Amino acid sequence: MNKQILAITAAIAVAGASSAADKIVIDGSTTVGPIAKAFAEYFMAANPEVNITVSESGSGNGAKSIVNGTCDVAAMSRPMKDSEFQAAADKDIQPVAHVVALDGLPILVHPSNPVQALTVEQVREIFLGNISNWKEVGGPDKAIVTISRDTNSGTYETFEGLVMQKQKIHENCEYVGSNGAIRQRVQSTPAAIGYAGLGFVDKTVKALKVNGIYPSAETVQTGEYPIARPLFMYTNKYPKLGSPLYRFATIHLTEDGQEMVEEIGFVPVTAY
Amino acid sequence: MSDAASRKQRVGAILGQSLLFLITSLSTFAVFFIFYFILKDAIPFFKLEGFKEFFTSARWYPSGSPPEFGALPIFLGTGLVTLGAIVVAVPLGIAASVCLSDLLPFNVRQIVKPVIEVLAAIPSVAYGFFALVVFAPMLQNHGGAILSAGVWIVLGPIFALLVMVFGDLILDKLRDKMNPKVAAATIFPILGALSVIVLYRLSAQLAGVEISSGTNALNVSIILGIMALPTVVSVSEDALQAAGRELREGSYALGATRAETIIKTIIPASVSGILAAVILGVMRAIGETMVVWMASGNAARIPDPIFNVLQPIRTLTATIAGDMGEADHVTGSSRFHVLFAMAFCLLAFSFIMNLASEIIVKRSRKKLGK
Repeated sequence: MNKQILAITAAIAVAGASSAADKIVIDGSTTVGPIAKAFAEYFMAANPEVNITVSESGSGNGAKSIVNGTCDVAAMSRPMKDSEFQAAADKDIQPVAHVVALDGLPILVHPSNPVQALTVEQVREIFLGNISNWKEVGGPDKAIVTISRDTNSGTYETFEGLVMQKQKIHENCEYVGSNGAIRQRVQSTPAAIGYAGLGFVDKTVKALKVNGIYPSAETVQTGEYPIARPLFMYTNKYPKLGSPLYRFATIHLTEDGQEMVEEIGFVPVTAY
Repeated sequence: MSDAASRKQRVGAILGQSLLFLITSLSTFAVFFIFYFILKDAIPFFKLEGFKEFFTSARWYPSGSPPEFGALPIFLGTGLVTLGAIVVAVPLGIAASVCLSDLLPFNVRQIVKPVIEVLAAIPSVAYGFFALVVFAPMLQNHGGAILSAGVWIVLGPIFALLVMVFGDLILDKLRDKMNPKVAAATIFPILGALSVIVLYRLSAQLAGVEISSGTNALNVSIILGIMALPTVVSVSEDALQAAGRELREGSYALGATRAETIIKTIIPASVSGILAAVILGVMRAIGETMVVWMASGNAARIPDPIFNVLQPIRTLTATIAGDMGEADHVTGSSRFHVLFAMAFCLLAFSFIMNLASEIIVKRSRKKLGK
């Protein structure tokens, strides 16, 4: 008898929890945004009773939203910082990371640039301003135009961590507001060098080999390509098994999810 | 009976008036609220970091550890593009407004003025997109040619004006010594040829310049100048119109030509209105965000030399727009408050400019006896 009551209350609790989670709000990185949108579309097609909204306001804003309880899933292109974990702990929120995909940061140059490969050290020296002419790395006699994402983006922070090793980018560097803008600037500027997500490489720009490794899905997945990062979705605590949020946060582990990730231009976490 | 009715009317009038007054004061309150909240978040920055670094250091690394908040290059960048926009918009705008008010026939003006004002209706993101996708590559590929053409377009009219004015002055001095017709026939060609040579040399020199990056202060200055143009044209044309028919007819009656009337009578009479137009145009350029964020390059660095418009710069508005996302209290409070400090500087500046233009307009009205 007691057990039955327990089961019923548990069922009510689960039902209550699932109805509360019938709306999933996602906020955060513009890099992870396309994945979140594809997952949301896929999920809503299969579960019409669940309503998912996706906004893209940057990784920092995603963290802020989940800490303030205004979103259920924070999409982030970098891990949470200590200060953000601290803020979350203060508000009794326990962020749990789900690695949904891997992304490489190809170094992009103009297609006409004869340079084919650089080392991470050379890229760093270029962005530090110590190498300022393409002829120093085997290119034409042209002043290098460095283009970076704004300091606001997860992409920038990944670059800062993996390439710059926290040293400060020289003050001549130009900053743009999106991965698409980086590509636009590089494809129209012969002396430019920039970096963007793996999904943004196309015929109009040339990706360089870094430390001898060409950026591709394979080299990112095997970890050979040196400038690669995981992409995250954070939830508050691990979602309840079977809840819509749980099902959403595990799409990337399914075959469909991995196909979607690949289609967008990122690298799935596991080979399916 | 009639007494009650009139009382009702009076009460109704008072009620209506106070409702309208309340609605009107809402916008005034909004201004105070904005001032209050920006100041509230700006003060903590100065408490935390002090004034010295913000206004004098040239190192802007808000995300570094430790962060550096030297906003001097950002202030200078704002100043540089604003100055550039003035150089583009003011001569062109004043020339256009004189042409509109005093030269073009009425029915042509009725068509041309609205067309110029359409420039103000184009959304700034469209200007920004144009600046980034079309104009920046154009500057990179044909920078020299564009620069030398720009010299002719911008400096050409100014030189023509200078030739006229100086020619007049020299003629005045020579009046007793020479036959005025002969003097005019020699002086104007000489001055004209001289200025053409100067312009030609300048443009030839600039034609060799290669622009390595098209998203720079020049690009933004030109686009901002075009954006400020309708304001300058529209307001200064109004000012020129306000100078009145009497003034023009009086001038003609004294035997002045049309050129003399415009240069020596109409423009001096409406100079304060033109100044107000310029100030309004400047404010448009300073406050613009989208174009500078997209096309200025956003490098927080003092150009070398300081007036070098071919280098990327960063402005206050673009910094506020671009750094807002990450600059939350979660990640560090100075980085959040510094943006409000910048916003406050912008607000204070445009407030002062607005006040100045208000005073100037008022004074000009008094002068014209209206």
